[in-house]
This record gives sequence, C-alpha cells and structure tokens, in this order.
Amino acid sequence: MYMNIIDVSKLVFEYIRRDDEGNVEGITTAVDHVDMEIKQGDFVAVLGHNGSGKSTLAKHLNAILYPTEGTVWVDGKDTQDEENLIPIRKSAGMVFQNPDNQIIGQVVEEDVGFGPENLGVETKQIWERVEESLKAVGMYKYRKKSPNRLSGGQKQRVSIAGVLAMHPKCIILDEPTAMLDPSGRKEVIRAVRALNEVEGITVILITHYMEEVIYADKVYVMDKGRVEMQGTPKQVFSQVEKLKSLRLSVPQVTLLAHELKKSGVNLPDGILTTKELIEELKKVK
Amino acid sequence: MIRDITFGQYYQTDSVLHRLDPRVKLVGTIIYIISLFLYREAAPFLLALIFLAATIKISHVPFKYMVRGLKAVVILLLITAAFNMFLTQGEPLVTVWKLTITEEGLVSAIFIAVRLIFLIIGSSLMTLTTTPNQLTDGLEKLLSPLKVIKVPIHEISMMMSIALRFIPILLEETDKIMKAQMARGADFDSGNMIKKIKGMVPLLVPLFVSAFRRANDLAMAMEARCYQGGEGRTKMKPLKYHKADVLAYVILIAYLAGVIALGKLF
Repeated sequence: MYMNIIDVSKLVFEYIRRDDEGNVEGITTAVDHVDMEIKQGDFVAVLGHNGSGKSTLAKHLNAILYPTEGTVWVDGKDTQDEENLIPIRKSAGMVFQNPDNQIIGQVVEEDVGFGPENLGVETKQIWERVEESLKAVGMYKYRKKSPNRLSGGQKQRVSIAGVLAMHPKCIILDEPTAMLDPSGRKEVIRAVRALNEVEGITVILITHYMEEVIYADKVYVMDKGRVEMQGTPKQVFSQVEKLKSLRLSVPQVTLLAHELKKSGVNLPDGILTTKELIEELKKVK
Repeated sequence: MIRDITFGQYYQTDSVLHRLDPRVKLVGTIIYIISLFLYREAAPFLLALIFLAATIKISHVPFKYMVRGLKAVVILLLITAAFNMFLTQGEPLVTVWKLTITEEGLVSAIFIAVRLIFLIIGSSLMTLTTTPNQLTDGLEKLLSPLKVIKVPIHEISMMMSIALRFIPILLEETDKIMKAQMARGADFDSGNMIKKIKGMVPLLVPLFVSAFRRANDLAMAMEARCYQGGEGRTKMKPLKYHKADVLAYVILIAYLAGVIALGKLF
C-alpha cells in the first residue's frame, strides 16, 4: 500500500478553542475526514478559501501537526511516530507563506545550506547541493546577496532552494505566492513547475489562486475542512457553479467560456487557457 | 536615526580583511581595544591610528560607513568628554561661572574621546567586514570550551545570528507602523521627552505582536528544515585557519608589542 508518496486516511484535526481563563469554549474541526493519495512525481494542487483547512492539512504532511484521528503516511512512514520525524521532514520539504519569516541565513547561500547542515551532510556536498538547488530555481547569481535585498518572488525561490538542498522527494508549498505581486507569483510558479517536470519532484501546491492550478495533475478543493471536489483541473473547473458556491472564483478564461456557453455558443466544459479558448472558438464558426 | 547605526551591518565587498577567519578578527578587535587602554601617551595612540588607518585601507569599506556609525554615539561621546573636562582636578585653565576646565581635564577628555572614537571605528570595522553568521560562528568556536561547563554556546550563537538577521526586517516594520500611525494623526516628533516616550507605546505593541508571530513562523520553518539543535550538525563554512590568518596573528602580536614598547619608552 506504500506505493504513494503521501497517503492520508480519514484525517481529522481539531483545535480546542479556549476563552481568556483557559476554559474550553468549543472545538473547531479544521480538517474533517480527509482522504488523499498522492503519487510520486505528481503535481497536486489543494484549493480553498481562507479557513478551509488547507494549511492545517499541509502542516500534517510535514509532521508539524499530528492527527487527532486518522493517519498520515509520508513515504510509507506514519507521521505520529516520533522516530519518523526527521526522515519525514527530510523527504517532504515545506515552503511557507511569508518569505521573510522562513529565511534563516544572512546570505542567500548560507540559508540554502541550513537544511543540509542540520542533516549532517559533509561540507563539500553541502556546497554542491547549494549550487544545484540555487541553479534549479534560477537564483545562483544572487548567492552572495543578503536576502533582505531580494524581491518577494526571489526570496520565495530561495526558500524553495533551501528545501531542495535537502533532497526531498516531495515539496509542500503552503500558499507560497499569497504575499507576492503578480510577477513574483509567476516567477515562483514557473520555478515550481520546472522542479516538477525536470527533476520529477512531487509538488503539493496549496493556494487560492486559480491560475496557479491549471497545470496540476490533480486538484483537491477544500471547504470547511472537507474535500468537496477532486479531479483534473478540467474536471474541477467545468463545474463553475459549484466552485462559486464554495466561494471560489474560476480563471477568467474559464469563466468567459462558461458564460459564452450559457448564452448559446457551442463550447466544451473546462477550458483553462486563452490558447485553448481561441482554438475552440475557431472551431465554432 | 535608527537607520544610521552601521553597527552589526555587513558591508559586502572583497578584501583581505573580509576573507580573514572571524576568530582572528574577534581576537584582533579585543587586542586593539586593550591596546587603546594600556597607556595614556601620544606615541602608542599614533601607532593605533596608523594601525587603524591601514586596516581601513585594506578593508575596502568606504570610510563614510564608519563615520556613520559614530554619528549615533556622538552625544554619548560629548557627555563623556565634557565630564572629563570639567570634573578632573588639576591646574585650572579657564573658569566659566562655576565650571573650571583644568589642563589635566582637557588632556583626559581628548584621550577619552580619541579612545572611544578608535574603539567604535575599530569594532565596527570588524562587523563591517564579517558577516554576522561568520561572527557568531567565530564566537561559537572561540567559546566552545565553555560547553564543558554546560553553557549552551550553540543555542546562544544561533539566537544571536537570528536576532541579527531580523534587525533590518524589524526596522522596516517599525517604519511601516510609524507611517501607518502618522497617517492616522499620531505624533512622534513634538512634545517633551515623556510625551514622546508615551507616543512610542502604540508603536511597540504592534511591533511586539508581529515579532512574536515571526518568531513562531521562523521556529516552524526551522523545524520543517530538520533543525534539532547543535548535535550532529555539520558546517557549510567550517572555520579553518589559513596562512593569511597566521600572518594576521603575527601582525597583531607585533602591533601589541609595538604599543607596549612605545608606551614604556615615552
């Protein structure tokens, strides 16, 4: 059963809310019976608006949070077993939202070297890993710079390189572009896609930007801690009305195609890119 | 004003001084400071000046960076000099009202001012040419014998390097909060001291809150990258002495000997 890099089975996670005196006010179920199977080499996107439980789910995949119920296996290892902690964190790297709060080094290359240093990798190999990781995200020429002088997109790429240097099988990105401007967002997504396609690293991208998930192999849509929809981007985005009811917007092109179809133009469901729409519109004539 | 402090700020360039082992620079700074306080004669200070000028020259750091570091302590400097000038007993030179400037006072004021200026430039030269990470690495290595008596050297040096990393970020944040509050009519500049300090409170609260949030995030990010303390950790840039470092030690000893010799002679 350990064919998958990540296996989530009936995962439940509950936060206990407390008032000022520490009395239990109630229990919030952040993740509610989620099942997930992610194959090695896949590009998986998890969508959801704020408070849908997607970040909580992400933290389970890196053994930062532990399940209240259910089990999470990462690379065949149960995250609840203390002994598995380091191997799991090594095989499933994590990139967080705020680029400033996850860069530890004063110089780009020192930050990328932080992970391998923790793993006890030999000095010479650390340098090799730092070089290849920075090259993979296109940040090699900035290696001697201070992270404070980089743009948000560049900082996020350094964070990705920092995870890459640990040679993970899988990278979890928890809203890596939420604090970036559109060009920074593109930069990061391009880097992530390259990792997936060229290096074959499994990518789990958590986001609420629809445009970022159209290249994914599989999309999970979460709401109130549950997985509400799953499938290929085409399958998911063809259900425009359902997405709207989950307070998620679809990519503009998809929305345009959907509206055109509603008003009588003969178009297929789930158009994701401008190019696709143009091709389809040409056929319509 | 906060931005003017170059203390703890690394100036990126390439020089012999930049490439020196941080331990050499730490020991060097200590030797330099000691040399400043050994004698009160002109000759050793002249040597100290030559030594400082030479190191500044080879550091390739623009001189104005070091002067900028001085600006922040100018008041402290003036107060110290003034106290020395007026409160030292001796031959009176000028008397204004109840204050008397003595000859000895003037001399000691000049010495203390020169000492402080040299000290600040000398030590900021170290921080300007050494990345904070190297600096903490150097400290960790130099102080590692203390581990025997259970002093958490690795943890301390990790805390230091994180603190240094977040100084510019928190400064930027302070600036942002200040501007946001100024936009809503907060006044940080007018009024007396007490009023000004009171005005800072609404600035500190959001700053603390965000610092704690950052700390939480950072701790999580460090854990996610398998950080588990100093045990079993390797170094990307392990400290190793090279020929230049040995030479630097020789120069330092020669310098100290020179200062002592000059101090004894005159």
